[in-house]
Amino acid sequence: MTQLINLAYLVAAVLFILGLKGLGSPKSAPRGNLTGAVGMLIAIIATLVDHHVLTFGWIIAGMVVGGGIGAYIARTVKMTAMPEMVGLLNGFGGAASLLVALSEFIAPSASSAETMPWTIALALSAVIGSVTLTGSIVAWAKLQGYAEKAMQLPNQSLLRVVLGLGVLALSVLFIMNGWGFILFLLVVVALFLGILLVLAIGGADMPVVIALLNSYSGLAAAATGFVLMNNGLIISGSLVGASGIILSQIMCKAMNRSLGTVLFGGAMVSEEQMASIPGKEFYEGKVKSCGAEEVAMLMENAQKVVIAPGYGLAVAQAQHVTQELADLLEKRGIDVKFAIHPVAGRMPGHMNVLLAEAEVPYDKLIEMDNINPEFSQTDVTIVLGANDVVNPAARDDASSPIYGMPILDVDKSRTVIVIKRSLSPGFAGIPNQLFINDNSLMLFGDAKAVLQDLVRAVIEL
Amino acid sequence: MEALIGALTIFVLAVFVGYEVITKVPPTLHTPLMSGSNAISGITVIGAILCAGSGENGTFFSVILGFLAVVLAMINIVGGFMVTDRMLHMFKKKK
Repeated sequence: MTQLINLAYLVAAVLFILGLKGLGSPKSAPRGNLTGAVGMLIAIIATLVDHHVLTFGWIIAGMVVGGGIGAYIARTVKMTAMPEMVGLLNGFGGAASLLVALSEFIAPSASSAETMPWTIALALSAVIGSVTLTGSIVAWAKLQGYAEKAMQLPNQSLLRVVLGLGVLALSVLFIMNGWGFILFLLVVVALFLGILLVLAIGGADMPVVIALLNSYSGLAAAATGFVLMNNGLIISGSLVGASGIILSQIMCKAMNRSLGTVLFGGAMVSEEQMASIPGKEFYEGKVKSCGAEEVAMLMENAQKVVIAPGYGLAVAQAQHVTQELADLLEKRGIDVKFAIHPVAGRMPGHMNVLLAEAEVPYDKLIEMDNINPEFSQTDVTIVLGANDVVNPAARDDASSPIYGMPILDVDKSRTVIVIKRSLSPGFAGIPNQLFINDNSLMLFGDAKAVLQDLVRAVIEL
Repeated sequence: MEALIGALTIFVLAVFVGYEVITKVPPTLHTPLMSGSNAISGITVIGAILCAGSGENGTFFSVILGFLAVVLAMINIVGGFMVTDRMLHMFKKKK
């Protein structure tokens, strides 16, 4: 029977891998997700028939409660709130691993129990689980806007080093002696460490943090796998661990940040750079603004239009009217595409989901590296609620604080229309060279209202 | 010790497989990838079930901790797979 159960775990792991493989294209993705879910079902059934499982009351109760809550969240969450949901689920995953580690310590079930590798795995699972739990809660609170800014406690870096060393020392002590109260202390210190690690990180860096915590929740599951010596857990946990690491690397690259500076709360712009940032005089007399009719006229003669959205688009809830405009232009025979910067939304791939929800076909969503060569053949580019990611200074001005950050080369198109409420700076806090370029026109106002005007103007052409 | 080496081997190989598979996921699908991996990390439910169902081999506390772990892992599993499905069905090609 045990062999059969282990075979079932292998099948489940293979289904997870096939499921992730399915996510290789939007077409095969829904089936891929279903494949993963079937794998999970097989793993759960295999565990339920394990002879170590003697009573079912608590299991069923837990499944009903957890399943109900999960289904409710999944059905009601708004797509703009996906980062919060993923952040929270990361924390739950970490917490589940922590609880299993504690429960296994109280009443060991694994055959390897109380050997050295078991104790090491137990400590790892408890530490990673704890850090993931509290780190995710802080990240969630930041995304909700409760503590958006980077928070600096007095002696924060020192405190972090002390807590980090504390975790290390307590782990060694626990592994050597296996004392219960040390494990308890270890969990408490690790919980504090999790809070401190994320507290100092600013709102702009949250996509990296969410991806990293995603990875941790997987590693916690893998560590639990070592506690139970269960291959199914080890494989699945490491898949998630790899996924989170890859995504945080991609996010770091897109923001021109290193993982180290994000984690240690380094600011995007240093204080001395801050002092040299020009104020309002940067724009004085150089900005050209225009109205909806003028833009509609420009479109009339255009053959190719690119829309470059930023999160401001979602804040203004203008996704649907954007799609309406794109539709109208296409009906006039104009080629319309969307240029998606990796950090256009609040988490990896977020902007794509928001636009897909507004029924923009996914083959119109072009990633940065593929759309950049096309801007020189584009007649009109509309920048919608994006700022730092279209600032040409990042490419051309070596003295700029954001120099080196990959950007959308919107300034290379014939005309750039920037739809924005005001000239206020983005996350980096610096003025945007794009707004004073000769081929740029500003269209001031709330994105939704402006686009509605624009749709009307195009209809009247 | 032999079991540990075996488990480590599996861990390392799985990280490589994960790396290969996940680098092929296009940026368009990175959000569903994250919610989907939320669901997969709910695999801890295996351990949670063993703890919550250990009956007289466990103690009151170990069973309650197991129960809480089942709740949290199930939120991840059901919530993760369902929200991923909801998102993926929004991705449509041009009519």
